[in-house]
Amino acid sequence: MATRTGTHVAPTTSTVRSGAWASKKRQDMIIRAAATIICLLGLVVILFPLAWMISTALKTRAEVAKFPPVWIPRIPQWDNFRVALTGANPFGRYFMNTMFYAISVMVAEAVSCSFIAYGFARLRAPGKNAIFVLVLATMMLPTWVTLIPQYIMFSKIGWLDSYKPLIVPHWFGSAYLIFLLRQFYRGLPKDYEEAALIDGANYLRIWARIIIPLSLPALGAVAIMSFMFHYQDFAGPLIYINSQINYPLALGLQQFQAPFGGTRFDLLMAASVVTIIPPIIVFFIAQRYFIQGIVVSGVKG
Amino acid sequence: MAVHVASKRQTSRFSLIPAGKLERREALWFWFFISPWVIGFLLFTAGPIIASAYLSMTKYSPGATPIWVGFNNYATLFGDRIFWKSLQVTSYYTLLAVPLGIFLSLLLAVLLNQKVPFVGIFRTLYYLPALLSGSVAVALLFSWLLNPQFGIINFLIRFFVGPQGILPVGIIGPRWLQDPNWVIPSYTMLALWGFGGGMLIYLSALQGVPTHLYEAATIDGANRFQKFFKITIPMISPVILFTFITGMIGSFQVFTPAYVIAGGTQLGAPAYSSMFYVLYLFLNAFQRYRVGLAAAQAWILFIIIMILTMLMFWASRRYVYYESDEEGSI
Repeated sequence: MATRTGTHVAPTTSTVRSGAWASKKRQDMIIRAAATIICLLGLVVILFPLAWMISTALKTRAEVAKFPPVWIPRIPQWDNFRVALTGANPFGRYFMNTMFYAISVMVAEAVSCSFIAYGFARLRAPGKNAIFVLVLATMMLPTWVTLIPQYIMFSKIGWLDSYKPLIVPHWFGSAYLIFLLRQFYRGLPKDYEEAALIDGANYLRIWARIIIPLSLPALGAVAIMSFMFHYQDFAGPLIYINSQINYPLALGLQQFQAPFGGTRFDLLMAASVVTIIPPIIVFFIAQRYFIQGIVVSGVKG
Repeated sequence: MAVHVASKRQTSRFSLIPAGKLERREALWFWFFISPWVIGFLLFTAGPIIASAYLSMTKYSPGATPIWVGFNNYATLFGDRIFWKSLQVTSYYTLLAVPLGIFLSLLLAVLLNQKVPFVGIFRTLYYLPALLSGSVAVALLFSWLLNPQFGIINFLIRFFVGPQGILPVGIIGPRWLQDPNWVIPSYTMLALWGFGGGMLIYLSALQGVPTHLYEAATIDGANRFQKFFKITIPMISPVILFTFITGMIGSFQVFTPAYVIAGGTQLGAPAYSSMFYVLYLFLNAFQRYRVGLAAAQAWILFIIIMILTMLMFWASRRYVYYESDEEGSI
């Protein structure tokens, strides 16, 4: 390919140009500077909504409706948070429910996906590739196709209005995370396992004693992705959770919007800010694992 | 254990024990390890898919016995104006949000790949919205930003390009989520806000392109654009296809923002312009208790996504370059 383009381009093009664009080095510098400026501007645009969210959360009711808008509230209304989080909505309870849900799924997925991924990454068996293709195919399956029969099944065994239908299926693995961990496991050196096999260890022991400790970074990525997704999950609880006392934050926040009919945006934004703080903190603490996970799954797809 | 490693490294374990027996043992262990997935697949995927197909042929509401109606539900849907509207809304959204999202994230990835200082910080901050974009809080935030009266976006439009603005072009901010013609562009903006997810994937794909290709092209006198379109794009084309397909599948199932912004009660408002496909499915299944009909909708969605996926693979086969890999393209 390279040689083909070479025939089209006269080798003299670079010498014909003049001025600031003349040298390759200077070109690189200009491009880099321009890219940096565009990226900075883009960052302002993309982070602005979050800044506006915080600003609105700290405004008085009058400031919210002011025109032209108030950029920074004159006196930050910290009391908005108290008003938003107390009252008819037990946000403390919602938070506990959310954490229970997100952490339960996180543990379930980390353990089950690691277990299953080890089988796919390391053990040889006839038909393995076909089954793995099936695993990948389930990623393309819309969740809504299986949702209705699952709902009927869980209602028959009396699991509605509990987190069981939202947690138990995750003990059986999830295609995306299995894929991610399998990619990681395939990159691990085989030496330890071979030595352990010769020493008479079985595969279960190898998984627990060698693979798990070696793959803690990847497991971290999987656990964080799982936590983030289920912390924010809305559709799942919407379908299975009925009583307000069992609501996660996502449902509580939605509940919160209706009575104010879009008028008390100061309180709505205050409550919203509170709900996004935990994932942001987790993200900044663990962002390296997180970004790694996304990159691995995306590129090797 | 580690002590043994050095001395036994050269020993192939297949030469120690007869191959057949060991292979059988390994295969049994394989099935042991993947057994949770197999059980889960049968219980929560394969079983429900079949049950869903059966339900789609019945008239069923919770508590009642399903009554067989054959393809009636499908016929009902094909005669249902709102069903077609939901399909149109979702297709329009997909056609707008997916290519734009890919374009923006690829553009940003290319920019960040120009040895920009503090790439790590940029990467993190650009990814932050992607992390939050599916949440209820962000859906509510956008309904506030896009508020026709007090929303900041319409203020900015008026301030910069309004009739008395800095640049008096005379553009008047639309009513966004309240104007049927602007609803889908509004949801597209919400989706695009999370374009940092795609950026991360492209950035690492760009960094994975072998540098010797660029070096060879430079020697041959290729300029930047030639290198980008003849080397970069072909080399990352599998990743682009991957994001196209996953983006399409995701945007066909968009639910949370539309449900949240509608307040859960006026689904599809205004004038069905936000009646996304799965929103209508949800409405039939969980608010109108027409479960058979909703199951038929689910199956139609399944078929649409399968056909579109295969179509994309087929259409892209001439443009996507796969490096030969011992493990195939999986």
